[in-house]
Amino acid sequence: MSQTVAQMRPGEIAVISGFSDDELSVKLMEMGCLPGGSIRFNFAAPFGDPVCVSVAGYDLSLRLEEAASISILN
Amino acid sequence: MTSTRRSRIVLVGNPNSGKSSLFNFLTGLNQKIGNFPGVTVDKRAGSTSLPDGTVAEVVDLPGIYSIYPRSLDERIVAEVLLDHHSPAAPDKVVIIVDGSNLKRGLLLATQVIDLGVPAIVAMNMMDLASKAGISYDFKKLSERLGVPVLGINARKGIGLEDLKKQLISKNGAAPIKQVFAMPQEAVAPVAELRGQLGVDNDYEAYQFLEQPNSLTFLSNERSGAVEVIRKRHGFFPGKFQGAETINRYSYIQQLLDEVVIKPSNESWRDRSRMLDRILLHKVWGYVIFFGILLLIFQSIFAWATVLQDFIDATFAEISSWLGNNLPAGTLTDLLSEGIIPGIGGIVIFVPQIAILFAFISMLEESGYMARVVFLMDKIMRKFGLNGKSVVPLISGVACAIPAVMATRTIDNWKERITTILVTPLMSCSARLPVFTILIALVVPEKTVLGVFNLQGLALMGLYLLGFGAALISALVVSWLIRVKERSYLIMELPMYRVPKWSNVGYTIVEKTRTFVWEAGKVILAISIVLWVLASYGPGDEMARAEEAVLDQNANARLTEQGLADRVEAYKLEHSYAGIIGKSIEPLIKPLGYDWKIGIALITSFAAREVFVGTIATIYSIGSVDEDDSGTIKERLREEVNPETGGPRFTPAVGFSLLVFYTFAMQCMSTLAVVYRETKGWKWPMIQLGYMTTLAYLSALFVYQIMS
Repeated sequence: MSQTVAQMRPGEIAVISGFSDDELSVKLMEMGCLPGGSIRFNFAAPFGDPVCVSVAGYDLSLRLEEAASISILN
Repeated sequence: MTSTRRSRIVLVGNPNSGKSSLFNFLTGLNQKIGNFPGVTVDKRAGSTSLPDGTVAEVVDLPGIYSIYPRSLDERIVAEVLLDHHSPAAPDKVVIIVDGSNLKRGLLLATQVIDLGVPAIVAMNMMDLASKAGISYDFKKLSERLGVPVLGINARKGIGLEDLKKQLISKNGAAPIKQVFAMPQEAVAPVAELRGQLGVDNDYEAYQFLEQPNSLTFLSNERSGAVEVIRKRHGFFPGKFQGAETINRYSYIQQLLDEVVIKPSNESWRDRSRMLDRILLHKVWGYVIFFGILLLIFQSIFAWATVLQDFIDATFAEISSWLGNNLPAGTLTDLLSEGIIPGIGGIVIFVPQIAILFAFISMLEESGYMARVVFLMDKIMRKFGLNGKSVVPLISGVACAIPAVMATRTIDNWKERITTILVTPLMSCSARLPVFTILIALVVPEKTVLGVFNLQGLALMGLYLLGFGAALISALVVSWLIRVKERSYLIMELPMYRVPKWSNVGYTIVEKTRTFVWEAGKVILAISIVLWVLASYGPGDEMARAEEAVLDQNANARLTEQGLADRVEAYKLEHSYAGIIGKSIEPLIKPLGYDWKIGIALITSFAAREVFVGTIATIYSIGSVDEDDSGTIKERLREEVNPETGGPRFTPAVGFSLLVFYTFAMQCMSTLAVVYRETKGWKWPMIQLGYMTTLAYLSALFVYQIMS
């Protein structure tokens, strides 16, 4: 079972390996989440959702379910 | 041949890329808000003078991340850029990219360049980029992209002269390079489109295939032809979008490897991260957010009222001066009793709207608004809303009209409809005058706990009541509307920045102007209609007023003043307004209202704030007193309920009215905007129905409990 961004801890950096949701993947890639690119998990919102990640040199907020659709290598 | 047509420049770029700052710098106060033809997306347009002495029109397009639209708002960008043959087609497209975040900005830039439009890339925020230690080889970037690239600082206005020089230069009108690699399956349909419809660029033709919903500018015949070609070749829109994005980004990565002179150093972001640690803290984050809301209410209540009292007094003086100095007659009456107070009733909102939009615009400019969405998304989702609903809901505190329009940023249809339906429950600034007067009447002016003004607390309570009702209604609405549609939140958290004050100023001017012209028309018209309704009546009852009063009071010895008062009261009772008010009295009696309040309810259906004007008109006509130009509040306090002998406005009546106005959909302008936004009367009618019912039942409950 592959890991996803939703399972990352604050400060961790990983490499994006793919997406489990076609519809979301198009939007995520446009925003700079690219397979092979690095992603840093910054912090989660007070209730654990949404989360803030860094991709392509800027900060992006994602819902947990969206983060869970991004698989990572580590 | 000399053409007098003004050249047209459009600004395209990511949200937060500094597009608005650049627009404000180029146009100054020469801006106007219009609509794009056929759609309701706001079009910010203005004019700027160019070095060759000509004046160009500048259009600020909605911020987007890619040419593939995610929402209605974004679709307009694709339409403007795809419609090459329109007389409104841009002469130059300025693509603003954030120099500190070039990678993502270049995705959009390469797409726009591939469309074959005459483009210029303006790299903004070079100050941030240099702080990050990045510098770029502009010449190489320009060569590789095939369009001019220049660095600007839109906050300080640096580099705008160079940009303007580029805008008039004729060379490099249309770029030749293409990043786009055509998928094999699209080659045949694109070739056919270009041959059959004369589309002049591969990527443009490809977008015709990809975006069937963005082609509203094509005639039916032509869009039908596109459809036929798409079907014949079995082309599915969206199939290659992911691959295209990956290709573009890999091209961009190569490009950046060549043109970035120094790699970036991320430490400058630390300050923003530190702020996030506090502002997004699980306790402090909400405490600060709530504190900011409290500050907004306090400042509206404390600062705006000072200005409003001044405006109120000034218009009252103009009115009485005109009444005394112009020859007596119907026209003078119309002017001094109908038109001037009507205009005063519009101007009086300007301080509130200005202060509110100052706050909202500062929150947006600073990057904090995105954090509000981040903080609230989880909570809002529980009520069937979206983190993005927070912005329209907060804007609804100023006015539901721009707030309903602001829901366009919500991509999900169901969440958008839900937000639209409940936004008018947020207490808008038009309710403030109603609240202010009624609170002043029924809540004592006291300080509690040392710092809190009791009246201010009552006002905040009403805001919270509206907010609570909005959340509960949202829950009910989202439970009733059963649609399976994906909801997502993929949103940039921009760096914190000090707001650019001139942008805040422009927002204030823009919002105030829109209110004065759009809502002002309705308010003025209603004021005049109201004056006519209250001054004229059927038959000859009005003319016989004095006679009738004398008949009724044959035995009473009346002073001249007392007689005049009764004549005026008689006249109002027999005017059209009096007749309407009386006929609804049985319906509103259980809420504690009489026919005079009834008249105010009827007239303020058009716009809530008319309530105050109506009450003022009705009571000033009803108890005309030449020497005393006392405030509305004092007049209301003096009003006696003939049935009880006590004051008309008891706490029970006051609170019943307050609750009624918190919930009632008393605003024709909002209904009209909802009609426009939802493209039909179904939703505005549902909204009117549920809000009026809620208001009536709640006011009934409050009055019956309290009296």
